[in-house]
Amino acid sequence: MNFTRAFVTICMQMGDEINLVEKSRIMDGSRMKRALSRLASEIVEENHGAKDLYLVGIRRRGVPLAERLAEKIEVLEGTRPLYGIMDITLYRDDLSTVGANPIVNRTELDADIEGKTIVLVDDVLYTGRTIRAALDQLMDFGRPKKVQLAVLIDRGREHRELPIQADFIGKVVPTKQTEIIKVMLKEFDDIEAVGIFERPAE
Amino acid sequence: MDKPFRRRDLLGIRELSAAEITGILDTAENFREISNREIKKVPALRGKTVINLFFESSTRTRTSFELAAKRLSADSVNISIASSSLSKGETLIDTALNLDAMAPDCIVVRHSSAGVPHQLAQVSRAAIVNAGDGANEHPTQALLDAMTIREHKGTIAGLNVAIIGDILHSRVARSNIHLLTKMGAKVRVAGPRPLVPPDMAYFVEKDLFVMPRIEDAIDGADVVMILRIQRERQDSAFFPTLREYAIHYGLTQERLDLAQKDAIVLHPGPMNRGIEISSDVADSSRSLILDQVKYGVAVRMAVLYLATGGVASGE
Repeated sequence: MNFTRAFVTICMQMGDEINLVEKSRIMDGSRMKRALSRLASEIVEENHGAKDLYLVGIRRRGVPLAERLAEKIEVLEGTRPLYGIMDITLYRDDLSTVGANPIVNRTELDADIEGKTIVLVDDVLYTGRTIRAALDQLMDFGRPKKVQLAVLIDRGREHRELPIQADFIGKVVPTKQTEIIKVMLKEFDDIEAVGIFERPAE
Repeated sequence: MDKPFRRRDLLGIRELSAAEITGILDTAENFREISNREIKKVPALRGKTVINLFFESSTRTRTSFELAAKRLSADSVNISIASSSLSKGETLIDTALNLDAMAPDCIVVRHSSAGVPHQLAQVSRAAIVNAGDGANEHPTQALLDAMTIREHKGTIAGLNVAIIGDILHSRVARSNIHLLTKMGAKVRVAGPRPLVPPDMAYFVEKDLFVMPRIEDAIDGADVVMILRIQRERQDSAFFPTLREYAIHYGLTQERLDLAQKDAIVLHPGPMNRGIEISSDVADSSRSLILDQVKYGVAVRMAVLYLATGGVASGE
């Protein structure tokens, strides 16, 4: 019986994260706030208002970002867009790979997506694989009119492993593969910031 | 034989810690929503094979496991005793090795003898999930009971749970006693004398009490768990007649009134109406029998997912 082994693996991964060294700070709290305000404006401009707009945050860090965008859109348009949460674990393409340790969380798409303009919201766009999983899951829930993607950070097209681009981008940050971008939000972290991290040299 | 990396069996509740139980339950919570979708299917176990190997008849458990596998996109195959080679004289181990040669990822097994899943786990490379072995354990039943209790009571710790009926033969009782006491509940068992081992209290380290009368067990209980009277054993003189059982040990509204006002009633099914549980209790809003069945699919989805490589919530 070995439900514990995974526990150790996760603890090791968390340990790894603690050892990361921050190389540079890309955004602080107020820059992040301004970027989100601009994203909210772009989303309603592009879609001619908030009618039939449905924001879907991708767990984990897409969730508070989608919530904040929904609030900002409500201020701009007077109506709050629909809002949902998506966990893509069960749609990942690396579920059977050794070392993948997928924890399942809940998907909450309570309102029908049929005929809606869906805006998927995530913190970082990197390989595009998360978005592929999100799109597949979304289609299992119905047939939206349109699906768009909003991300706070785009690590650049050269990292993309699938033909997926964002419609709304907070900031494009060219990075190396060895670097890690962390979007820190008060819901999960002590601070509000975006930084580039790297593992210390062995 | 070498087991593949990350293979995990679920042989019983006894081997699990409270943290592991919580992890499975939390994972199951997150699988519940899938059964409410229009397309009740996620691709998580696509390409995985699950064999349901049932040496004992079962409708609910087998269907529940089968649906769980299908909703995760696994391919599932059902083998029941009538169609198996065992009726042609093959040994259990040979059957297991033959199935193993077809490279399933998980074998869900039910057998009338205790320890069969443990034996299979030693020879098979597939993850083994115990779906009931003799009078030993029925871990997924205890997990779905726990999920039902958590849903209605918020937590298991500190609750008083009465388990009533044929404790002696019940794997449901054993798995539940392990689970509930590990999670901090107090368990009181009662039933006809010949069906309640008198030294049962030593079965677990703490918090298990054998009560002389079922009224004592139900008194002030938060959860009343009724076990099925196994009619197939009715001849064995454990109690005189079914009618007598109903009179002395059946859960009636009058007896249920001894429990807490908001007490809930559980039954693993299939229930014998009018024997271990009266129809008015079974159909009342206190009875959560159909909730148990509903959560059963989510629990089994979580168990299959974890057995084939997923990680429990909170780990």
